[in-house]
Amino acid sequence: MSSITSSAQYQKKLAINRLGLWLFFASDAFMFGGLLVARFYLLGNRRLELEQTLGLIVTVVLLVSSFFMNRAEVMISKGNQKGFQRSIIVTIVLGILFLAGVVGVEWQTAHFQVNEGAQGAVFYMMTGMHAFHVLTGIIFLLIVYRNGLKGKYTAEKHYAVEASANYWHFIDLVWIIYYPALYLMGLI
Amino acid sequence: MRKIWSIGLIRALIFQILGSAIGAGLLGLIRLAMGLSWKTEPALVVGGFIGAIFFMIGIGGFSGWWKMAMGEDVPEAHDVTEPEGIRRYFGFSLDHKVIGIQYGILSMVLLSVGGSLALIFRTELASSGLQILDFVQFNTLVGLHGMVLIASILMGVAAMGNYVVPLMIGAEDMAFPRLNAFSFWIAVPATVLLLSAMLFGGFETGWTAYPPLSVRGPMGIQLFFAGVYIVGWSSILGALNLIVTTLKMRVKGMKLFVMPIFAWAVLATSIISLTATQLIGLSFQLVMFERLLGMGFFTPSNGGNPILFQHLFWFYSHPAVYIFVLPGLGIISELLPVFVRKPLFGYKWVAMSSMGIALTGYLVWGHHMFTSGIEEYLRVPFMYSTLLVAVPTGVKFFSWVATLWQGKLRFPVPMLFILGAIIVFLIGGLTGPPSGTVSTDLHLHDTYYIVGHFHATMFGGFIFPIFAAIYYWYPKITGRKMNDTLGKIHFYLMTPAFLVTSFGQMQIGMLGMRRRIADYDPTLGFDTSHLIITIAGYLIGVSVLIFFINLIISAKRGEVATGNVWQSRSPEWSILPSPSPVHNYKGMPFEVVGEPYDYGLEGSNYVLPVNQTGQAD
Ligand SMILES: [Cu+2]
Repeated sequence: MSSITSSAQYQKKLAINRLGLWLFFASDAFMFGGLLVARFYLLGNRRLELEQTLGLIVTVVLLVSSFFMNRAEVMISKGNQKGFQRSIIVTIVLGILFLAGVVGVEWQTAHFQVNEGAQGAVFYMMTGMHAFHVLTGIIFLLIVYRNGLKGKYTAEKHYAVEASANYWHFIDLVWIIYYPALYLMGLI
Repeated sequence: MRKIWSIGLIRALIFQILGSAIGAGLLGLIRLAMGLSWKTEPALVVGGFIGAIFFMIGIGGFSGWWKMAMGEDVPEAHDVTEPEGIRRYFGFSLDHKVIGIQYGILSMVLLSVGGSLALIFRTELASSGLQILDFVQFNTLVGLHGMVLIASILMGVAAMGNYVVPLMIGAEDMAFPRLNAFSFWIAVPATVLLLSAMLFGGFETGWTAYPPLSVRGPMGIQLFFAGVYIVGWSSILGALNLIVTTLKMRVKGMKLFVMPIFAWAVLATSIISLTATQLIGLSFQLVMFERLLGMGFFTPSNGGNPILFQHLFWFYSHPAVYIFVLPGLGIISELLPVFVRKPLFGYKWVAMSSMGIALTGYLVWGHHMFTSGIEEYLRVPFMYSTLLVAVPTGVKFFSWVATLWQGKLRFPVPMLFILGAIIVFLIGGLTGPPSGTVSTDLHLHDTYYIVGHFHATMFGGFIFPIFAAIYYWYPKITGRKMNDTLGKIHFYLMTPAFLVTSFGQMQIGMLGMRRRIADYDPTLGFDTSHLIITIAGYLIGVSVLIFFINLIISAKRGEVATGNVWQSRSPEWSILPSPSPVHNYKGMPFEVVGEPYDYGLEGSNYVLPVNQTGQAD
């Protein structure tokens, strides 16, 4: 059998891959949900003592990165290779900025240590698990960027781009829930 | 030397040892550079995980994905040529049938390890006073017995799902063959980690690993956590694969409500493993970090709350019981019509009852915490939701009884185990409500009554059905039948022995024998009961040994059986020859034309081969 797959076979594979990825998100969401439960179980209506400006900045950075991720996907689906590569680079840079903001600044300047009470435990674990996902997302995007330079993706066939974009949006969505839970809700 | 190196498993284990040493050493160096002294526990954790990753590199688990990431073309799974013969089973094979058997072997190995651990501490319990074990050893054995058998059951479930489901639904393989092989192999280093907990001080908590004890006890618990965490990922990824396979890879004409009932059971099980498993992983991860970094999740003096752990833990560990039993109950519903020669009663209701059990399973975890000090107002709702599970389970029992009614019963070995499963699961089921009702549970909690109840559900829901499944599908795998006489000895030895252990445990439990206690007061008068339970436990061991002997000798000397041995309507028997060919139905296309279980109905067909003339061009 040749390894050239017909269009119908490709479509079937695409449907299978998509379902698999969505199931993965469903599974991962339970982990993030568990951490969210831990936050409210341990801290209840207590807000964490965090740097508000910094929190707002990193949130904006991540949201904007999702916008560029979306642009990258739209561009490759129109066959615009240059625009696709440019948008992906912007996404990666913004992702790295987000990581630098959370791990590089927020972690170092927080008013509490990792072993100081439920506040330290909840904050470092929630942001840590989220940052770990951002890091893997950046790695996927780097791979996609490299293969994009090689011209691996076409307007018709670019599932890797779609998958990493969905993953990126998923991480973004998690942060949209985590940000208020950590920074905004409750009283000091 | 070269020959040994080419065996994937051995290469990978060497990689794992190297990886663990590298991981631990690197962490030591980093700590040294930061001006910190050597600490064994973090080195153990980091070494454990790095070792598992190295194992996967050694087995070749990343090579396909690495090539994809590097932009190289990777062949489709069915185009990959694999080595012939027995070596295939010790390497990274992409064939779902090979992976199914690999899972099966691992499951049986873990079954014998977990069972042997039980026999050791049962020997200790046979009389009051301490004879052969000290307290930590006893606790370690009890905890590992639980978790090793949980791993064994997960592997057994995956074995049945992997081998049987694609054949039943007419798929050429699983949806993601590489992920499938990965899911199996990652469980092997996880098992190594789990068992090596014994070498690093053991642990005192039992399989539930409740803090604060798990935060303070010996560091063997870290390896236990690491092992379970990775087994959890194996289970999650395997479940993901099975869901996609069942939903997307069915043969032409196979609507959801005409697929074999076992596929429904696996689908329901997989939905639970896919989602709930994350929560046991998370709960163990949090304790792991609490121990490593002093994070305050579960220690009240540091702002934590140990009850949180129990919520997260039981959110998985109750539904886990349904992960274990749903496939087994599916096997009962699948095999019963074959041996009764009658349609399965209420197919749709049985299919939906699996889903119903899976969904109600999410709502009942609090019944493990009636005595833990959870919020008072949560107890009664959890009691009602727990009792609700009896409804879909009852649907299954009524279906089995109605299927048996006026059937033309045959009693080959698989059918014996099916009937045994129904009876034992009934005992397990009926002893459940007293533990799910708040008022009675306050008395029964943490006694041997729970142990007896739980083992009845596990034997009825998994052990008996998987033995039935092995006797039933063995000819499909090897082309030979297992020995009948040995099979019957196995059944007639194991069943009474099991009933004695289970009833004995419930009896002393109701009289006040506590769980997880190495010693008991001789004046309580439990000595005789414990001795009888221990002897019966050994008899179960002997019966399983006979099963293993049968399994091995029948592969060479069993009666040849290449056709439809059990006169089943399912496609893997009615279309495929035995042993099943490498590429499943390639060259033997078929489609679904009727109902799956219309046994005894003249001229009705479930599947028919598709006329080849249309395909010949
Ligand atoms: Cu339960």
